[in-house]
Amino acid sequence: MEYHLNFNFVWKYADKLWWGLALSIQLAFVAILIGCVIGLALALAHSGGNRWTRGAVATYVEFIRNVPLLLLIYLVFYGIPSAGGFAYDATFSFVVTLSLYSGAYLVEVFRAGLDAVPKGVIDAGKAIGLTPWQRFVHVRLPIMLRVVLPSLSNAFISLFKDTSLASVIAVPELTYGANWIKTNTFRHIEVWLVVWPIYLAAGWAILAALRQLERRFRLGGDR
Amino acid sequence: MSDPLVRIRGLRKSFGATRVLDGIDLDIARGEAVVVIGPSGSGKTTLLRCINVLETYDDGSIQVDGVEVGYAGPPGPRRRPRSESDLARIRADIGMVFQLFNLFPHLTALENVMLGLVKVRGLPNAEAKARAEHWLERVGLSEKLRSLPGQLSGGQQQRVGIARAVAMEPKVLLLDEITSALDPELVGEVLATVRQLASDGMTMVVVTHEMTFARDVGSRVVFMDAARVVADGTPQDVLVDPRHERLRAFLARIEMKRP
Amino acid sequence: MIEFALRTLPFLWDGFLVTLHVSALVVVVSLVAGVAIGIGFAYGPLWLRFPLRVYSDVLRGTPLLVLIFSVYYLLPMMGLNLQPFPAAVIALSAFKAAHVGEIARGAIGSIARGQTDAGKAIGLTFAQRLAWVILPQAVRRFLPPWVNSVTDTVKGSALVSLVGIVDLMLAAQQVIGRTYEPLPVYVLAAFMYFAINYALSVASRRLEARFAYIRE
Ligand SMILES: Nc1ncnc2c1ncn2[C@@H]1O[C@H](COP(=O)(O)OP(=O)(O)OP(=O)(O)O)[C@@H](O)[C@H]1O
Ligand SMILES: [Mg+2]
Repeated sequence: MEYHLNFNFVWKYADKLWWGLALSIQLAFVAILIGCVIGLALALAHSGGNRWTRGAVATYVEFIRNVPLLLLIYLVFYGIPSAGGFAYDATFSFVVTLSLYSGAYLVEVFRAGLDAVPKGVIDAGKAIGLTPWQRFVHVRLPIMLRVVLPSLSNAFISLFKDTSLASVIAVPELTYGANWIKTNTFRHIEVWLVVWPIYLAAGWAILAALRQLERRFRLGGDR
Repeated sequence: MSDPLVRIRGLRKSFGATRVLDGIDLDIARGEAVVVIGPSGSGKTTLLRCINVLETYDDGSIQVDGVEVGYAGPPGPRRRPRSESDLARIRADIGMVFQLFNLFPHLTALENVMLGLVKVRGLPNAEAKARAEHWLERVGLSEKLRSLPGQLSGGQQQRVGIARAVAMEPKVLLLDEITSALDPELVGEVLATVRQLASDGMTMVVVTHEMTFARDVGSRVVFMDAARVVADGTPQDVLVDPRHERLRAFLARIEMKRP
Repeated sequence: MIEFALRTLPFLWDGFLVTLHVSALVVVVSLVAGVAIGIGFAYGPLWLRFPLRVYSDVLRGTPLLVLIFSVYYLLPMMGLNLQPFPAAVIALSAFKAAHVGEIARGAIGSIARGQTDAGKAIGLTFAQRLAWVILPQAVRRFLPPWVNSVTDTVKGSALVSLVGIVDLMLAAQQVIGRTYEPLPVYVLAAFMYFAINYALSVASRRLEARFAYIRE
């Protein structure tokens, strides 16, 4: 059987794809912001904490990192409300899941970043009389953020791709838009031939922009 | 003679089982430049770090301008380690320049010098900037105010390190082998800066392996070996007519390394 | 809870085995393909490196879910009528091979040039240098990120449930369809995934200890 590709639908439903892409990027953005807050807080709790806080942080990180994101999405969207006798918006539930997920990954990133701040530079901060809080705000934090910036870029791209999983709970992001068009036009092949390059192009464009940003904040050479 | 600016008595410090400072006594008068020499591992760095309380000391006393730096309360076994805010205040008056520069890598030369002036001294931005520019000019870096440390040569970085320390107008300046990480051709520019400071009357403790420099700037030379002060006197006494056997051996080794 | 677990476990068990099966296939295929890609990256001529670069960047830039759907629908158009199972395994393997390729490239690249020169100097051929000089040293750099990627494979295999393969993920969904108790079933399934990956991490630590003799 001869199959003829037909891309007419793309123009008809372009807004579904466009708004889907916009939502995907927003979801990834919110998730990495909240993930950074979680990750940094837990990295600090881990480095300064006692055995119990360390154990709690490790449990959270290990659990999230060893369970499929898809399962976590279902668990948060269907599992938890069913036990608590409430319901929430799919988008909200997905943001919660993706934030917890990215938080678990970013703990490790921030921990490595904090460790990468040279001890001598912190000593220099002490030597000019900075208080511990000032040393954190003006020395450790800004250096650490510059060190982890490339990892944050990679994490963001990774989260952007992960947003495609939100389609399974009907969050209207890009993959959901694709599925929707597919079921309404039966143009299975064409839909994926369009959506795949959209993900690629968007991901590369975002990455190029982030690398530009990294260049601006790069710490000087011989270190 | 007036009270010494830095007064060290019976200072002891161990890392685990190794005794690194074993009963150090040392007085440093205002305006004096004391050079500390000694073989590797003799405790020179640790002595400087104790004065600035980057290390706590176990026993004995370090007073800077009459204030015990590491401990609060009456002397004796019941004294307690100083709070972080006390330490910040005390360290603000003790300058330190590091062997590996330790500049803040995310800040420009100017910002490196300004940070302490604004956050610790509480100067308004404009005033801090003027003072930082003044000191960077004094160390010959007025062209490099906006450079990040990574864009500077080792010698330039170290001069920023010196400007950062002196701009705080410390009572005493501690210099720990500040040229040993530099290429030979960059050593001169840094030492010239220090010489200038010494002749301006800055009180300083200089750990160095540069013997000519020790002779030039030191009003006094202290030789440390195996956690103790072994010799203490004028450059003439210590470097030219060494009486101590281990000191003679040390100086002979240093001489031999010269080209 | 325990009683509930005992009742549902047999249903989940079949899915668990399917998850292991899919993961194992993908790990083996992607390991072989990925190491070949890595060698191609490190030593191949430009006409080989360029398509490999395109392949790697395209696959790594694609969401796995989109890749699985695309392969599932595109292959039939190219005359390959595949069942969901092989289609999903191909998609996952192609995806993981790109990642393993980058890991292998990095590991090989970390070996000093002098090693190749030394191998040449004693008269080893290219294949001999690879087999006896380069790869044994690269293993140490390769293993830690590769083990991470194996864990990712196990987690990624959950996506095959979306094309109807009854793996642990879909088995859990089916049990929930009958019992209407999502939370305990999901938690149970989560622990089963956790168990696989935990076992992997223990095994990997043994493996890494075995190769720790190679100093850097
Ligand atoms: N943080 C530390 N923990 C454990 N031991 C230390 C520490 N810092 C220094 N030491 C030990 O203390 C001793 C004295 O070290 P110190 O750095 O003060 O010597 P130094 O005279 O400055 O030597 P160098 O000329 O090599 O700089 C050495 O044996 C060193 O190994
Ligand atoms: Mg030293």
